[in-house]
Amino acid sequence: MARPALAASLEAVLGDRGNANRVFEILELLAAKEEEDVLCAARTCRRLFAALLRRGELFAGSLPAEEDALRGNYSAEEKYKIWMRHRYNDCVESLSELLGHDSFQVKESSLCTLMKFVELEAECPLVAEQWKGSIAFPRHLLKVVVNGLIPIHEDASLLISRFQEYMEYEDVRYFVMKVVTESIGQVMQKIKERPLPFYQQNVFSLISPINMPNKERDMVKFMMKQDNREEWKVSKLQAHKQAFERMWLTFLKHQLPSGLYKKVLVILHDSILPYMNEPTLMIDFLTVAYGVGGAISLLALNGLFILIHQHNLEYPDFYKKLYSLLDPSIYHVKYRARFFHLADLFLSSSHLPAYLVAAFIKRLSRLALTAPPEALLMVIPFICNLFRRHPACKVLMHRPNGPQDLSEDPYIMEQEEPSESRALESSLWELQSLQNHYHPDVAQAAAILNQSLSEIEDDISGLLELSASELFDKEIKKTSANVPLEFEQVRGLFGKKNDIIAEHFALD
Amino acid sequence: MGKAAKRKKKASTSSKAKGSAEPTIAMVKSNPFEVKVNRQKFNILGRKTKNDVGLPGVSRSKAIKKRTQTLLKEYKEKEKTNVFRDKRFGEYNTKISPEEKMIKRFTLERQQNYGKKNIYNLNEDEELTHFGQSLAEIEKLNDVIDSDSDTDERGALSAELTAAHFGGGGGLLRKKASTEQEDEEEEKPKSRKELIEELIAKSKQEKQERQSRRESALELTEKLDNDWKEIQTLMARKPPKSERKDKEAEKPKPDEYDMIVRELGFEMKAKPSERMKTEEELAKEEEARLQKLEADRLRRMRGIGEQENKKKPSHVSADDLTDGFILDKDDRRLLSYKDGKMNIENVEEEEDKEEEEDKEEEEEQEEEEGEKEDNENEEGEEESATEDEEDVASDNHSDLESDLESEEEAAGNKEQKKHKANENESQNVEELDPKMEAAKSELPYTFAVPESYEKFKSLLAGRTVEQQLTILERIQKCNHPSLAVGNKTKLEKLFGFILEYIGELATLDLPELKTIDKLILPLYNLCQMFPEAASGNIKFVLRDAAHEMEEVIEVKGRATFPGLGTLIYLKITSLLFPTSDFWHPVVTPAFIYMSQLLTKCRITTLQDVIKGLFICSLLLEYVSLSKRFVPELINFLLGVLHISLPKKQAQGYTVVHPFTPVGKNLELLLVCDKKDLESWKKQNLPLSVVTRLKELSKTEINHIRLSCLALCFDLIKRCAVLYESLPSFYEIMHPIRVLLTQRVSVSEYPEQMQEWYHGALKELENKTKHYTPLICEKKKPVPLKQYTPKIVKVLEFGRKQGGSKKEQERKRLIHKHKREFKGAVREIRKDNQFLARMQLSEIMERFSQKEKSERASW
Repeated sequence: MARPALAASLEAVLGDRGNANRVFEILELLAAKEEEDVLCAARTCRRLFAALLRRGELFAGSLPAEEDALRGNYSAEEKYKIWMRHRYNDCVESLSELLGHDSFQVKESSLCTLMKFVELEAECPLVAEQWKGSIAFPRHLLKVVVNGLIPIHEDASLLISRFQEYMEYEDVRYFVMKVVTESIGQVMQKIKERPLPFYQQNVFSLISPINMPNKERDMVKFMMKQDNREEWKVSKLQAHKQAFERMWLTFLKHQLPSGLYKKVLVILHDSILPYMNEPTLMIDFLTVAYGVGGAISLLALNGLFILIHQHNLEYPDFYKKLYSLLDPSIYHVKYRARFFHLADLFLSSSHLPAYLVAAFIKRLSRLALTAPPEALLMVIPFICNLFRRHPACKVLMHRPNGPQDLSEDPYIMEQEEPSESRALESSLWELQSLQNHYHPDVAQAAAILNQSLSEIEDDISGLLELSASELFDKEIKKTSANVPLEFEQVRGLFGKKNDIIAEHFALD
Repeated sequence: MGKAAKRKKKASTSSKAKGSAEPTIAMVKSNPFEVKVNRQKFNILGRKTKNDVGLPGVSRSKAIKKRTQTLLKEYKEKEKTNVFRDKRFGEYNTKISPEEKMIKRFTLERQQNYGKKNIYNLNEDEELTHFGQSLAEIEKLNDVIDSDSDTDERGALSAELTAAHFGGGGGLLRKKASTEQEDEEEEKPKSRKELIEELIAKSKQEKQERQSRRESALELTEKLDNDWKEIQTLMARKPPKSERKDKEAEKPKPDEYDMIVRELGFEMKAKPSERMKTEEELAKEEEARLQKLEADRLRRMRGIGEQENKKKPSHVSADDLTDGFILDKDDRRLLSYKDGKMNIENVEEEEDKEEEEDKEEEEEQEEEEGEKEDNENEEGEEESATEDEEDVASDNHSDLESDLESEEEAAGNKEQKKHKANENESQNVEELDPKMEAAKSELPYTFAVPESYEKFKSLLAGRTVEQQLTILERIQKCNHPSLAVGNKTKLEKLFGFILEYIGELATLDLPELKTIDKLILPLYNLCQMFPEAASGNIKFVLRDAAHEMEEVIEVKGRATFPGLGTLIYLKITSLLFPTSDFWHPVVTPAFIYMSQLLTKCRITTLQDVIKGLFICSLLLEYVSLSKRFVPELINFLLGVLHISLPKKQAQGYTVVHPFTPVGKNLELLLVCDKKDLESWKKQNLPLSVVTRLKELSKTEINHIRLSCLALCFDLIKRCAVLYESLPSFYEIMHPIRVLLTQRVSVSEYPEQMQEWYHGALKELENKTKHYTPLICEKKKPVPLKQYTPKIVKVLEFGRKQGGSKKEQERKRLIHKHKREFKGAVREIRKDNQFLARMQLSEIMERFSQKEKSERASW
């Protein structure tokens, strides 16, 4: 084992400057093949340089090259310090290489070591003070760490999640945001618009959990222990927001893989938009996303809603676009609840023209013909609410003096313009069909069509998240006193009369 | 002046009240000056008046008394710190029982006293006596015989003794003369002491004699009793009346003749029985029964709405004479409210009727056929009947059991009889085979219901299907619920076992579907016997399956189709329970489960397609009577058609969830091989194919694909027929129609397939589109306000009406609080007044004393 040897050389180096050359023994082991040795060496490095940093035995200020230092007229003390500082730099370099090691333990250990260095450098900076009281955060070192965290060709989410604990420090978070912004700019420039799934995924998992402070008062946890913090830029929420905003904008500027696209959109309204200085800068991104179609459009709706609602965004043909989003898949996709929640908000305005609402109603109910029961239980009250808000649409339910015996439904499903879909001339035959639905609750809900509606709106918030398994559990838990039985005598598995299965399947 | 007078009066009353309460109150009440009458402004009928008469004087004096007892005491002890301490042992200790407490106290007392006073008390354990005898010894005596004479004698002294005591010497002398012994001793003159001793001895002797006499008397009476008993039994035999009364005596054996006479008396009189029904009548009854059941089913199918209609309370107008005369209201309402609708309903009803008629016809036909079969099988049945008898005889069933069996048969309704007939039929088929007959005879005739599933399996293991059936049948018969109490639960368990067994058979590598097919019959019979247990079992199975799927979805994000077992269970559900009900405790969950299967499960292999199509057919079967709309079914069929086409962008239609317009797993049903296309013939898909698709050759697989496609066409056709009446039929079928007409290249199909295709397409296209604008049911007009009085039931007078129960309660509480608060304030005020009075009187007293003393000193 290399442990005793390492301990010995550690003591030797720390004990006597004459033994400084034994540093190489430690640094060599960082490149060892044995995982155990590497771990041990990393630990030793941590202790060694931590001690040296505390003692101030590393050269501070702009570092001259090693040869220059030997030749130049420095005192022996300074030479030693310069030399040691170079060893420290070597150590940092090899540790940053270790961040790409195969074993997670090694990665974790080197990450912790590097972050320890960051912490120590923050305490006793290696950069010369530019003016008195200036605060020097070890940006360079942090950049090394962050670059190690977001490799281009492999998934590093595990290591990133380990890193999250350091993101609680306000200053670390601030500088990470800055460094990430830089890194994205550099990497993507090189690649030129080709999506890099791993890299972008890594960046996303690094920046998506960022927990921005809400108030400046909450910002108390700093890695730099300085007194004159108030003057420091990093302690300002404004600066944080700006860094945050720039980071996201840079990240979203480049084309994203569709999975990541959805993920970003899912968290956009909740954990990105509120922390931006100018949320309207997201308009471009959202508009593009809204135009993509399918689930991505549905998700972009949420962000757009916030912009329209809180930031006075004018979106031309918004409803037309929303109308075109309605296709059979909306009842089947995962984001159904979110979509209908938003649709409910959008259609709650009483200033919408009747033809538009009627078109929405008609389209929703036409699509309901392919919907599963849990969606139907939600959409029928939804439609009823629309009727209540827009009484002018009630002709869809009740047209006493209309033309009898139409040969066709006047509504044109294929028409993309709601105003030309002739929805107001139609009737809700779809819901009438659903009165024959096999699920008793759906049939009952659809039967509301026959009666005139009550004034009070139904609360659909509880129905939005309804799932099929909940429906099943609800039904199976019902108990009834008597169970009706089949009275037709069976003859066997397929023995019933009019047995469809018997006609097509055989008992072999 | 007036006030002073009043006060005086009060003072006098209070002093009176202090003396004796009751009589004074009575007196006071009679005194009109003491009574305050609370005059009522209005007389209200039915109101109980509590406080119409008040006695201010009495109540005031009471209050003062109370205050002097409580408040004054408190006031006087206000700044005194003395405390009364109760040092009795364990007085406030509730854990010790009172007896124990007393004992402890006693011992404590004794201990205290011991040291001081009892030093000189030598007689430590004093003996307690009664009549000079120690009580302890009296307690030991156990044979104390008390008789009346005894007490008499003890109480009064004997005549001799009294004579001796009180009669002076004369008595004694007379005595001496009477007794011989004493004559001899007469010579000696006796001292007084001797005389007394003699007297004592005599009395003792007398006492002893008396004792012995009594004992002998007792003995004699006992003997007499015994003798009497003996004699009594002798006497008892002769009079028959005493026979019943005397129960201790042994019952004599009843005469045989008597018994026979009695029995004859109790025997059933021959009554005219119902005549045997002819076959036609039986058939008619059966038909009527089926009709009733069908009507019942239809009612359930339409759901709750109808019931509600029935239950709707009819409006009763104030002018109603309640003479039971009602116009035909329902008709009128329909006419007025549902102009458009009524026609439709009528049409529907007619259709229903027609259907019913059709069904009836079919049933009739079937029954006729059945009868024919019956006739054919009559011989067989007879054979089986004799066979049954033999069975009974051979297995040495006691008479009792066979009786019970016959009872059970009598109890079982006709339905069961019919089942049995069917069972017999099936038996007949089996019994034709002599070998099986032999095998059957080896089986034991009685079976206990197996306790666990393992035992059940071991019971059936190694038997042929027929034997298994026989075993099940015998288990049912031997454990009929009418035979023993616990049998019901046992048989209910059996249902679960069979179900599990079926599931296991279906999951084998080579599923034994034939066996399952046979096992359905006992399952059906058990289900008819125990509907609750059966539904519970099937629900359990369904819940398991659904939860399993849920878990898979949670873990993998997508589900796969379940095994053949679950599919079979779903099919069994449709056999055991009516699938047309609006709501059914078993069928509705099954519906939801199937719909989940069709929407959630990924289609990746041909097996998945077959399973999906199986579920589609099943769903179609479920709704075949009720014609309910199943969107998932249409979606799935569309998807199946979609994957039978070559990869191209879908146009004019959109497939939904389990299917994707582009991506993997397309062209699952596409067959390009010309030879295979030509050689294909429609075949029924064997269910076992689900498990062993890999063994098949490529041609066979292609054939299966084509069969699937044909099945799909057929299902579409059936859907089209079924949903024809839906108002948006055209829209529902639109995607399928587009796909069939525009995308399918019919010419490449083999001829037979083209027939299926055209059959489906014809049903789809051959419909006239017909839309009628919707009209709501008219709202019930809000009735005009009328002048008929609103009659509200008043349950209790004086209580505030209106508002909900909660509201009422709240009001009541608020009211109560207010009153209590007022009362409390009043009381406090009075307390203060009282105290002030007391203080004043104290001060006055002090002053007067001071004055006195000052005067004295002056």
